[in-house]
Amino acid sequence: MLSRMRSPGPWRRRHLGTDADRATFRTLHSASLASPALRAGLTADSAGKAIRHLRALLGTPALALTDTHELLAWDGTGDHHAGQVDRLARETVERGATRVVVRDDLPCDEGSCPVRTAVVTPLVADERIVGTLQVFSPSHTAGLARAAEEVASWVSGQLDLAELDASRTRAMEAEVRALRAQISPHFIYNSLGAIASFVRTDPDRARELLLEFADFTRYSFRSHGDYTTLAEELRSVERYLLLEQARFGDRLQVTLRIAPEVLPVAVPFLCVQPLVENAVRHGLAGSASVGHISIHAQDRGHECVIEVEDDGIGEDPEKVRRALAGDAASDSVGLGNVDSRLRNAYGDEFGLVVETAPGAGTKVTVRVPKFAPGVHA
Amino acid sequence: MSIEDAAPGVIAVSVVAIATLAIGTWGLRLSRTTSDFFVASRTVNPRLNASAIGGEYLSAASFLGVAGLLLTFGAEMLWYPIGWTAGYLVLLALVAAPLRRSGAYTLPDFAEARLGSAGVRATCSVLVVAIAWLYLLPQFQGAGLTLRSAVGAPTWVGPLVVGMVVLVNIGSGGMRSITFVQAFQYWLKLTALLLPAAVLLAVWAGDGAPAAAGGAVDLAEWSMPLADGGGGRGLYLTYSLILATFLGTMGLPHVVVRFYTNPDGPAARRTTLVVLGLLGIFYVLPPVYGALGRVYADELASSGRSDVLVLELPRLMVGGPLGDVLTGLVTAGAFAAFLSTSSGLSIAVAGVLGQDVFDRAFGRRLTGVAAFRIGGVVAVVVPLLIALALPNVGVARAVGLAFAVAASTFCPLLVLGIWWRRLTDVGAVTGLAVGFVGSGSAVLWAMTSRSTGGWAVLLEQPAAWSVPLAFATMVLASLLTADRVPVHTRRFMARLHAPETLHLDRSSS
Repeated sequence: MLSRMRSPGPWRRRHLGTDADRATFRTLHSASLASPALRAGLTADSAGKAIRHLRALLGTPALALTDTHELLAWDGTGDHHAGQVDRLARETVERGATRVVVRDDLPCDEGSCPVRTAVVTPLVADERIVGTLQVFSPSHTAGLARAAEEVASWVSGQLDLAELDASRTRAMEAEVRALRAQISPHFIYNSLGAIASFVRTDPDRARELLLEFADFTRYSFRSHGDYTTLAEELRSVERYLLLEQARFGDRLQVTLRIAPEVLPVAVPFLCVQPLVENAVRHGLAGSASVGHISIHAQDRGHECVIEVEDDGIGEDPEKVRRALAGDAASDSVGLGNVDSRLRNAYGDEFGLVVETAPGAGTKVTVRVPKFAPGVHA
Repeated sequence: MSIEDAAPGVIAVSVVAIATLAIGTWGLRLSRTTSDFFVASRTVNPRLNASAIGGEYLSAASFLGVAGLLLTFGAEMLWYPIGWTAGYLVLLALVAAPLRRSGAYTLPDFAEARLGSAGVRATCSVLVVAIAWLYLLPQFQGAGLTLRSAVGAPTWVGPLVVGMVVLVNIGSGGMRSITFVQAFQYWLKLTALLLPAAVLLAVWAGDGAPAAAGGAVDLAEWSMPLADGGGGRGLYLTYSLILATFLGTMGLPHVVVRFYTNPDGPAARRTTLVVLGLLGIFYVLPPVYGALGRVYADELASSGRSDVLVLELPRLMVGGPLGDVLTGLVTAGAFAAFLSTSSGLSIAVAGVLGQDVFDRAFGRRLTGVAAFRIGGVVAVVVPLLIALALPNVGVARAVGLAFAVAASTFCPLLVLGIWWRRLTDVGAVTGLAVGFVGSGSAVLWAMTSRSTGGWAVLLEQPAAWSVPLAFATMVLASLLTADRVPVHTRRFMARLHAPETLHLDRSSS
């Protein structure tokens, strides 16, 4: 659609469509040019890009876009009026409705200046006034006021869509953040407690553990990139396990078996660590006995397979199913989150596989393709 | 052949087959506890990775074919080992680091990431399978020759044995690109060629360093490249061979897969450098066998059985138990060559077939592992059947043709894809198709026809015209479809060429 509109030439030559049709095409074309900028939200940058096309839509000598209190962009003649725009914007935002400004409110020293009257319309996004559209012309007509209102409501629609895009992105970011926030307060408290217990007896070890703790938190709270290499992720898991071992001592036994070939594979950030945390919790829960945890990463041709297994109390499969379906009440929120992020990244066939039964331990399997379009560590 | 004669061969083949399966199944399965496990120190280092590449790369053609060709055709055949080594120089200079930075695991992956087109991906998948099958063919044939020479078995036994071992490997999930196994195979092959060569040279010196008897061949002609006055024809064949081997290496499916194991671009370069050294050392040896064969095994050349020179020479020169041991050693090396190369290739083909063909076979979605296994069976059985049906294509010649196809298809795609911004999907597919049809027709001709001379020389070694043709087609078709340059090209190029130390945001494409 857009690309065809860019070359209206042939249509005119072949006399396709009446004048009215062509006017419609022109209008739609201007609108389509303005919309990409507006989809980024209302900023000085986006307003500057869109305002030329909006003025073409309205066919007025001058046009201004403001946010709720100051000018964002001005297009057209008579920019000595730009200083008056801020006041008009604030008044309109207070009243919350379109108003027509007559000559007396727009003092001007230049006789030939075409800016005599203005129509100021609020822009609404997400049911909130976010700015104004100000249309300047030599004289005000009912038609112009109507056109200004229509354009303003179209712009508002675009801004609504921008808001929707932004909130979708925010929701996805929040999901990852939520997972980071899950580095449980208990873990921090217990780790620091365990480290404290070494400070007098074994200061060197205490210092090492503290450094591990610092590195662990730095990795977990890092803010850039959705993907990391399996090597990085496993290094963080390693630190986590060191800290847990400082606390549990010989009660926690860990086996790692990692094929070196899969270490450079790109995986979603924090896709293994929550599983290990789960395994530690289940493996050692409620009993004073020893818990074994094993982590395997294997090379399977185009895929890398990571298994996290514990020999703890296991869980009711129904509960796991609910956790994977996104039931936040479950205590395995980490599982559901990892599962949905894997599915988002690689498609539904790459979800988590959980094998468990009460009293039989738990094994969680992650499959990650070595290459997926758009995925880089 | 008597039982005593067959014993060393049987023992050698069994030991290699069992050792390969055993290392694949149990090797590197040492469990660690966190206290002594450090992930960072365990990434595959360039030296190990290079040995693995060498192990996978040195095939039947290198182990048996080169010496045989030298024996028969003389010094100009030295271009084969030179080209197979120099291919890595081109790979090092043009492709290694950017390919690793692209994050692609296979050639179809690279094509898809670079050009954003499913059509290019499908074309590349077809080509990967074609090249790998063409390359598997001589491996199976070499196995047949080896078993016949070492054990006296019929020629169809060798391909079956290798095929079965590879199938078991794929089915059980053993050996699957396990770096350590392939690295072991390189050193086995080197030892298996180096030790006997040293002994044989000592024997030759002990005999008073006799000169070759000459026989049916003019020795001055034999030791001078192009001395037979072949004129334009010999020159053309030589240049064509050089082009095919120099540029074909980068297009071999099992070579590219190995580069993924490097953690970053610089490691990929270092790996390639070590590979150059390892291959250089190895390729000194086949000419030694070729030259000694001229002295001691003239009748192999005249009877057309030159491919078994390496296997038979120890017995011809040294009798008794020492001869048996040396024969066992070279047989073991040859068998390791078939196994490692066929495994690497079959796994590459199984991966492509599993991912792009059998993913949705039989009307339902297969799991990754099931698709991979079905792919593996097809990957092994098809070339096996062809090898049994066409037992008489020369080992080194067939590999040379596989290189010609790779050089005419994937070389332009990789070089232009990495170094030229204006490549388009249409250009890539057209170029690949032209290169494949050109070099493929030559392959078909070589397999079915025996005539030489005249214009047929162009089909005997197609690379000299098919590679430039493929490049030209790709460039022209891309320029004609300039509006189809993928939008993400600049971003992708920046990622390919920016050193890792720059800390670009590489997270989105």
